[in-house]
Amino acid sequence: MKEFVEGSHAIAEIIKACQPGVISAYPITPQTHIVEDLAQMVSNGELKSQFVNVESEHSAASVVLGGSATGVRVYTATSSQGLFYMQEVVFNIAGMRLPVVMTCANRAISAPINIWNDQQDSISLRDAGWIQIYAEDNQEAVDFHLIAYRLGEDKRVMLPVMVCMDGFILTHGMETVDMPQQDKVDKFLPKYNPLYKLDTAEPISMGLLADPDYYMEARFAIQETMKASIGYLSEISSEFNAVFGRDYKDLLVEEYQTKDADKVIVAMGSVCGTIKEVIDEQRAKGKKVGLLRIISYRPFPYARIYEALKDVPRVAVLDKAVSLGAYAPIAVEIKAAFYGKKKGPKVISSFVAGLGGRDITLESVREVLRRLTAKEVNSDFIDLKPELLKEEYGK
Amino acid sequence: MKEIRIHARAGQGAITTATLLGYSYFNEGKFPYAFPNFGAARMGAPMNAFVRVDSNPVRLRSQIYEPDYVIIADPTLMRGFNCFSGLKEDGVAIINGKDDLELPKLKAKQKVFVVPANEIALRNIGRPLGNTALIGAFAAATGELKLENLIAVVKNRFSGKAQEGNVQSVKEGFEFVKNKLKG
Repeated sequence: MKEFVEGSHAIAEIIKACQPGVISAYPITPQTHIVEDLAQMVSNGELKSQFVNVESEHSAASVVLGGSATGVRVYTATSSQGLFYMQEVVFNIAGMRLPVVMTCANRAISAPINIWNDQQDSISLRDAGWIQIYAEDNQEAVDFHLIAYRLGEDKRVMLPVMVCMDGFILTHGMETVDMPQQDKVDKFLPKYNPLYKLDTAEPISMGLLADPDYYMEARFAIQETMKASIGYLSEISSEFNAVFGRDYKDLLVEEYQTKDADKVIVAMGSVCGTIKEVIDEQRAKGKKVGLLRIISYRPFPYARIYEALKDVPRVAVLDKAVSLGAYAPIAVEIKAAFYGKKKGPKVISSFVAGLGGRDITLESVREVLRRLTAKEVNSDFIDLKPELLKEEYGK
Repeated sequence: MKEIRIHARAGQGAITTATLLGYSYFNEGKFPYAFPNFGAARMGAPMNAFVRVDSNPVRLRSQIYEPDYVIIADPTLMRGFNCFSGLKEDGVAIINGKDDLELPKLKAKQKVFVVPANEIALRNIGRPLGNTALIGAFAAATGELKLENLIAVVKNRFSGKAQEGNVQSVKEGFEFVKNKLKG
């Protein structure tokens, strides 16, 4: 049923429909509304789940790790510093092959302290062994949580999944969402049936020491599963479309006006909506521009991106994060997708925008297109305020 | 596409205002996107809430710089900011304030309605929360939304005494502007 709903509340509703047995989280802006709503639902008796209040994100992650190890579906959500405080456990969850689902309400990281949106938090944990998918709008944010449980709990996968949604822009944004009905959720998402679990009747050990004779194979196995998950994402998205009547192509990327384009912007998350507006405006003026939206950041769909961009002369990669001292995170991947290949863009320029909630406007996107010339640029910052960079500032 | 920018202080209910407007547009078959932008995260700090609405789902995620409509929930904000910044040539502003409020010089086709929303709210709700009076005034001033739809949305949002008082505030805000338009 179509509802006008706040992003965070819609996420709480869909998590309720997934019926996790254990929920644990520590409140942090802009994730807070999601877990407040879930706590309320548990307290009202609407959702039969154990909601574990904890003193930190490290404990929240540990609780869902433990919960998942006992063979139940679990859920947590966090942002920014909270995600970083979880980091040690986040890697353990993936290493133990536990299909935890987490919402990352994307927020900038400290210092300076900043509560607003960018994607530095989840991108910094790209190597953790979690599948990461990024929503453009709240419909996707809702749908992606169903897909996250289904994919992560697939016996061929058994990996945690992080659904990333831009803080405030989506979490605090109210818009129309077609909320999946419970009977369809139950049809799409079977009860979690773990491969292994902690059970006193049949005791096993999990997450224990692997010496140099064993460790590498555990890591190799995750790498292989990640690669195979590219195919599973496509497969599951068709099943999702069949049950819910949506039109997801493969949940790897979305191609928007890329077919005959001579300039394409690559980006991820809610900013893609703003970029589509500029693409339409420029197309109306006869400019051949397009957008390639990354949905799955881990696993990264190199082959799919190669196919989508191989005949495009100029590509601009727009990152809402930086890798300080190196090329920007998504730009690195896009360049890698074409290295040593016969075809590919002549120019792959990289732009950084929207850090710490600096608003990305239509004009910001037009500026990216203007700066996408024959001369390749790297980590070119958009919408910088030069007056704040003067040495005398602050004296 | 229509764009509404609300100027308020954190705690004055700007998000509620945006939410109520959003629900009203949704009920009339439109696709609204209502969202806040916080400044310093504390009560009393200046903040904005926005509503962008179209007949198709809204994709544009930036803040609103060239609004069709401006709602100013706290006139003291006009001292430090240009709340009318970017207001369209034929834009409409609704201001919560008293008759003697000093206004900047506006463009020929722009319209301003100063509505005693706090007075209306104090009389009906017992607290100076003028949001519901302002959305009533907004509906009358712009013709964007039907009064009975707003009332239905407000009834759904509040219960008991608060419901009664807020419904009355919507009506009085609406009537106030209707009477102004009659001259």
